[in-house]
Amino acid sequence: MELDRKLAILADAAKYDASCASSGSYRKRADGGIGNTEGMGICHSYTPDGRCVSLLKLLLTNYCIYDCSYCVNRISSDTPRARFTPEEVVNLTLNFYKRNYIEGLFLSSGVIQTPDYTMEQLISVARQLRETHKFGGYIHLKAVPAASPELYRQAGLWADRLSANIELPVDQELRTLAPAKRHTEIEGAMIQIKGGILEAKDKTNREGKSPHFAPAGQSTQMIVGATPAPDATVLQKASQLYKKHKLRRVYYSAFSPIPHADPGLPIEKPPMIREHRLYQADWLIRFYGFDVNEITPTTAPDLPLDKDPKLAWALRHREFFPIDVNKAPRAALLRIPGIGVRNVDRMLKSRRFRALRLEDLARLRVSIAKARYFITTADHNPDAFQIDTVKLPQRFQPEAQQLSLFTAVTGEL
Amino acid sequence: MAILEVPAQDFASWRTAARKLIRQGATPLEVHWLDGTSDAAQGLLAGLEAAPPEDDASKATTTTKVPREFLSLAETVSCFRDPQRWNLLYELLWRLSHGEPHLLDDPADPLVRKLRVMEKAVRRDAHKMHAFVRFREAADGAMVAFHKPDHHIVRREADFFVRRFGAMNWAILTPDECAYWDQKQLRFGPGLPRESAPSEDEVEDLWLTYYGSIFNPARANLTAMTAEMPVKHWSTLPESKLINGLLRTAGDRMYEMIRKQPSSAASFVPSDTTSLKVLQQAACNCQGCELYEHATQTVFGEGLRKARLMLVGEQPGDQEDQQGAPFVGPAGKVLNEALEAAGIDRADAYVTNAVKHFRFEERGKRRIHKKPDGRHISACKPWLEAEIALIKPKVIVCLGATAAQSLVGRDVRIMQDRGKWMDSLHAPNLMVTVHPSALLRLPPGMSYEEEFTKFVRDLRLATEEVNAPLSNA
Repeated sequence: MELDRKLAILADAAKYDASCASSGSYRKRADGGIGNTEGMGICHSYTPDGRCVSLLKLLLTNYCIYDCSYCVNRISSDTPRARFTPEEVVNLTLNFYKRNYIEGLFLSSGVIQTPDYTMEQLISVARQLRETHKFGGYIHLKAVPAASPELYRQAGLWADRLSANIELPVDQELRTLAPAKRHTEIEGAMIQIKGGILEAKDKTNREGKSPHFAPAGQSTQMIVGATPAPDATVLQKASQLYKKHKLRRVYYSAFSPIPHADPGLPIEKPPMIREHRLYQADWLIRFYGFDVNEITPTTAPDLPLDKDPKLAWALRHREFFPIDVNKAPRAALLRIPGIGVRNVDRMLKSRRFRALRLEDLARLRVSIAKARYFITTADHNPDAFQIDTVKLPQRFQPEAQQLSLFTAVTGEL
Repeated sequence: MAILEVPAQDFASWRTAARKLIRQGATPLEVHWLDGTSDAAQGLLAGLEAAPPEDDASKATTTTKVPREFLSLAETVSCFRDPQRWNLLYELLWRLSHGEPHLLDDPADPLVRKLRVMEKAVRRDAHKMHAFVRFREAADGAMVAFHKPDHHIVRREADFFVRRFGAMNWAILTPDECAYWDQKQLRFGPGLPRESAPSEDEVEDLWLTYYGSIFNPARANLTAMTAEMPVKHWSTLPESKLINGLLRTAGDRMYEMIRKQPSSAASFVPSDTTSLKVLQQAACNCQGCELYEHATQTVFGEGLRKARLMLVGEQPGDQEDQQGAPFVGPAGKVLNEALEAAGIDRADAYVTNAVKHFRFEERGKRRIHKKPDGRHISACKPWLEAEIALIKPKVIVCLGATAAQSLVGRDVRIMQDRGKWMDSLHAPNLMVTVHPSALLRLPPGMSYEEEFTKFVRDLRLATEEVNAPLSNA
């Protein structure tokens, strides 16, 4: 098969993995080699779906022995199949990298023969890039669940990031849709990877410089909308994974209709707004000091689609407001709708020099339209008096309407 | 009040001049900076001295101390493409050294805010340069890119490319200034037009293939895209020529996926029946996939309700489709002969197919058999499973790859695996062998007699197992 055709098939098959991050790793270019990483991720292009192209995202092969019904590459699907040789992937990566198309490689694979064999193939690509070609760019390898612990250890030596996908928030749902997969096995891989990362850190602390082990940590992905699990369940699982396995990121992937899909799955446009709200909630949990139960209480297990989760929380907890932006502690400022972490820090700095007024906040590009109802400032802010009015939620109504596919397609250029 | 006109080509010259002016006590209102990087100023500057006015010893009493943060801010802002930047920087420097040493700590101050916004714009432009430079291989093997940055950042950012691509010869051409690297030394030259860079590169086609394939049409979102990849950069990005086409077809591609999405036979299968007859009648109305649209009728399995041997074929053929019974055409004839040779009475077995409707292509008046796709096989599987659940055969024989795919999986190799017992959840004993129609289409060099004998041998194995006493295992 022509390389071009293989590339089309195996890139197409890889696009359902949402992650394309290339950040969090520092690697100097080796003498005579090519490529480095400097901590900050770079998106080299964007596709018309608004997604970043940072890494060359490929499957080594889309042949697969599993039959996971949400996956286009499951054994029972009619999708065209192809397989790269490790050398082909190595050359594509180097050729693309030299032209500055990419930051590096994100290599995954359908499971062929056994998890161990598949993992060995992935490792061999990474090893060739690093050893033979002194490649210093970013490498993200998929950790195939149920492989030998030793193989995860090897993968971590070459890769910047490893990821084992949890796929679905509930193990029972996973068993139904993906009979060959188990949360215990997937999390087993996460435990091994975490072990490798901690060991390497510990060694660095004791002995100084030690070999890299997945310096950009590990991540995972959860499919949203293929099963009935509510957002509360999704976020509980994510928050548990962050804590238990020290994940850097959980990616949420709106289940999107796939060609040759399994008959048992929803056939709708992907719930992109829901995905967006989950990312917002994820951020609130990691950087804003919110707890899952505050964002998705038992009375509202799904995130509202028409407003962001912080605003929704604020409207449910109006007793907390208004907040005096000149006196409140950081934790309280972080709970004001329309104000992000960076602006909270700017406000804290600035307030040593001046009493903050609405115009100061406007200059910092705070979303005044949202924040105004929840704060008091040094000048008169009449909107703060509306905090207890019944009609307050209506003020935020026109905000969101899911961008329909056609607005996007016909949107002016 | 006399206004001093002071030229600034770059950060270093501004810094030297500004230092002296501050020491002289020149207020921001007394100084007007002439931008040496803008074309308009070039003429003016030709007549001016590059050095600022001589030091006035009487005024230079103190050295100016500014926070380190100011230097980094000023260095970045000095790349901003706006002649006003030198004046704004001088104003900030003046205020820092005249009673407001902590000014930078107040992000809400209007001047600080303005300069921070400029700083951010330069940083963003630098980041976009790291991202959007596209090298093409020149005839001499060097990698050459043409890029159009918004601000004067070529010198500032050239090091990034040295750190990354140190082991290759490269050049980045921009309309303002060009950077050249020969693996030893970084040089800068005057700006060049796009035509000076190579116009093509072989690998670019692969890149375009990749870009087009990684796009998910179900998620088209142009707003998000242009926010991050502004249209102004498209002219230097080879992949941008695909964007309109991808967007135009996105809607159709997604609805095509949804349209093609097969429903399953599952909803047509009665769940609580123990009657083969009821099952068969229900199957007559199945619309679990699109095959029912063109086929004459459903061809359900036939045979003994309590059969211990089940034979599973592929799908009905032309004859079967018209008569409504499995294996009654030419392949059926071969099967009957083989069963007889193996000592099996067809009436004691249950014979069915993996797919219950005839799939064909019309060629003139003839209907030519067409192999069912995976989605037909999986759509129809609930019927086969229901038949197996009712009959509970001791032995299942899959005739050909389609039946094997349905009950065993896609990775079965008929020629390698035929006649071997396989683990299966469907029956205590399961084997695969060839489909009898294969004997009717033997490639040249293979003898019918030989293949027929092998087929009979497989069937005989099956019947031996059927008749074997239950093992203790």
